[in-house]
Amino acid sequence: MEAFAWLYSDIVKDHFMNPRNVYDPDEKFEADADGIVGNVKCGDQMQFFLQVDEKDVIRDVRWKTYGCASAIASTSMLSEIVKGLPILEAYQLKPEDVSKRLGGLPDNKIHCSVLGDKALRAAIDSWLAKTGREGAFKDVGATVVCTCLNITDRDIEQAVKDGARSWEDLQERTKIGTVCGGCKGRAEDLLVEYVHVFGHDE
Amino acid sequence: MDRRFVYMDYNATTPLHPEVKARMIEDLEVYANASSLHESGRAAHARVEEARASVARLIHARDPSSIIFTSGGSESNNTVFATMFHLGRKGPRRGIVTTAIEHPCVLNAAKWLEEEGFPVRFLGVDSKGRIDLEELRSSVGPETLLVSVMAANNEIGTIQEVAAASGIAKAAGAFFHTDATQCAGKIPVDVEAWNPDYLTLSCHKIYGPKGIGALYVRKGAPVVPLIRGGHQEHGHRAGTYNNLGILGFGAAADLALRELPEYSGRVRRLRERLRDGLTRKLPYAHVNGHETEVLPNTLNVSFPGAEGESILLYLDLEGIQVSTGSACASGSLEPSHVLLATGLGPELAHGSIRMSLGRDSTEADVEYVVEKLPPIIERLRRMSTVA
Ligand SMILES: Cc1ncc(COP(=O)(O)O)c(C=O)c1O
Ligand code: FES
Repeated sequence: MEAFAWLYSDIVKDHFMNPRNVYDPDEKFEADADGIVGNVKCGDQMQFFLQVDEKDVIRDVRWKTYGCASAIASTSMLSEIVKGLPILEAYQLKPEDVSKRLGGLPDNKIHCSVLGDKALRAAIDSWLAKTGREGAFKDVGATVVCTCLNITDRDIEQAVKDGARSWEDLQERTKIGTVCGGCKGRAEDLLVEYVHVFGHDE
Repeated sequence: MDRRFVYMDYNATTPLHPEVKARMIEDLEVYANASSLHESGRAAHARVEEARASVARLIHARDPSSIIFTSGGSESNNTVFATMFHLGRKGPRRGIVTTAIEHPCVLNAAKWLEEEGFPVRFLGVDSKGRIDLEELRSSVGPETLLVSVMAANNEIGTIQEVAAASGIAKAAGAFFHTDATQCAGKIPVDVEAWNPDYLTLSCHKIYGPKGIGALYVRKGAPVVPLIRGGHQEHGHRAGTYNNLGILGFGAAADLALRELPEYSGRVRRLRERLRDGLTRKLPYAHVNGHETEVLPNTLNVSFPGAEGESILLYLDLEGIQVSTGSACASGSLEPSHVLLATGLGPELAHGSIRMSLGRDSTEADVEYVVEKLPPIIERLRRMSTVA
């Protein structure tokens, strides 16, 4: 179907047309943990269900989404990637890891694919909490954004979860960007993304 | 059912009518500069003026010189707002009243005036997409410069009470503009009845070529050109006449006028069939817009639990082409401003699909969509976090 050629890769098309590991209400999938992020108001929401064994390896996954084609395809791909992966490794997956495997996504569609890994992490966090290790992966896979003050993307994510919505809020909470200011662009991009993903539950 | 190719996006644009195409192929030969005084220039000029008369007839304008050719609806609308900018800077009236559901080329032009310090009021609409005439009446006064109310909305098809809105604007001494881009060829457009100072048309919505449009200007209403240069279009719009576009517009206008009664009756019946077929199979579907005061070709429906861009692309895989009010499809984070203005929740706005029928739509197309769309919605709802 050449209609897709300009918009999405063949792999994206395949995962969109035949999404893998979709949650089916009739299947009665017994999840050990699940996590949900995003909000329907924003046009996308994602939920991940995990089965995890005693060695902390992801045995099986299911997912549900209210989202666009990119969200469906990238979550389908992510669900394939994480099967058989130790939770510590799964926790470090980034949207780029998924979009690379998909053969790339159009620029304006990247923001549609950022929910999958976050829903996955939310599910892993809930597994950790369930097994008495709440917050154990807090700094796992974090990338330093502000080198002056050693502030990571996870710190920004946490600040948004704690209520930061604007650059001023974020600075007040983390002091980010108050030394050389060189991190402001990247930090603001992340702020917009995290507000989109986590910022609608008030 | 065999795979079909079903174009249901006629509000976005239309294909060339075969007759328009045939006439345009001949008119490719009309190369002369219609401003030139020599014989071939005069011949081209005569043809341009014939086309102007055709466009005037389409909207029941008595005087063909009330038609200014532009590059399209966007330019026509911007010409009106640019004119208001110049008038408002010099005169006592500066107030602009428009609606929250205008096409972006009006909305953004109005926002530009707002940034320039003009008081701009965006009227809300009811759940069917209509403005409240009493609210309009109380929004205009001696300070109002322009009232701009679109005649019919491109997304939901709702038709406004244009003549009444025009009357209210005039009574306050304001200019009245209406964007009739989506009306031409679908419902009667009559400048005698509506009495606007300015009215916008675009040719590519009526089976003519793209890149050509018109602005009707009532005799005596001011125009400050957006494009300055030569004396074309009575000095209202410079640039060598776009012969082919203009002649194509003339041909399309002739056809739109001639075929209107047959066309609108036929697409209305198809629309009803489509609406009834879909709502029978998907009782939770929400039909957006007005039940009766609606363009005969436009059906906008929301499906709870299914996201619009996904619906659009699954339909695309089946050969069905529609558009959506979902944010994702537009690349922004906000769903359709029109649907939100009708009070529709963001979830239903993200899950909306606009099907717009046209000249080549058939009963078989409608049957095909009624067959193919429901399983797509059901499938998306099954994998949805919402429904
Ligand atoms: C209501 C309305 N106004 C204006 C326009 C813009 O017309 P054009 O594409 O000719 O600039 C459109 C078409 O998209 C429209 O639907
Ligand atoms: S990098 Fe953040 S303030 Fe210098």
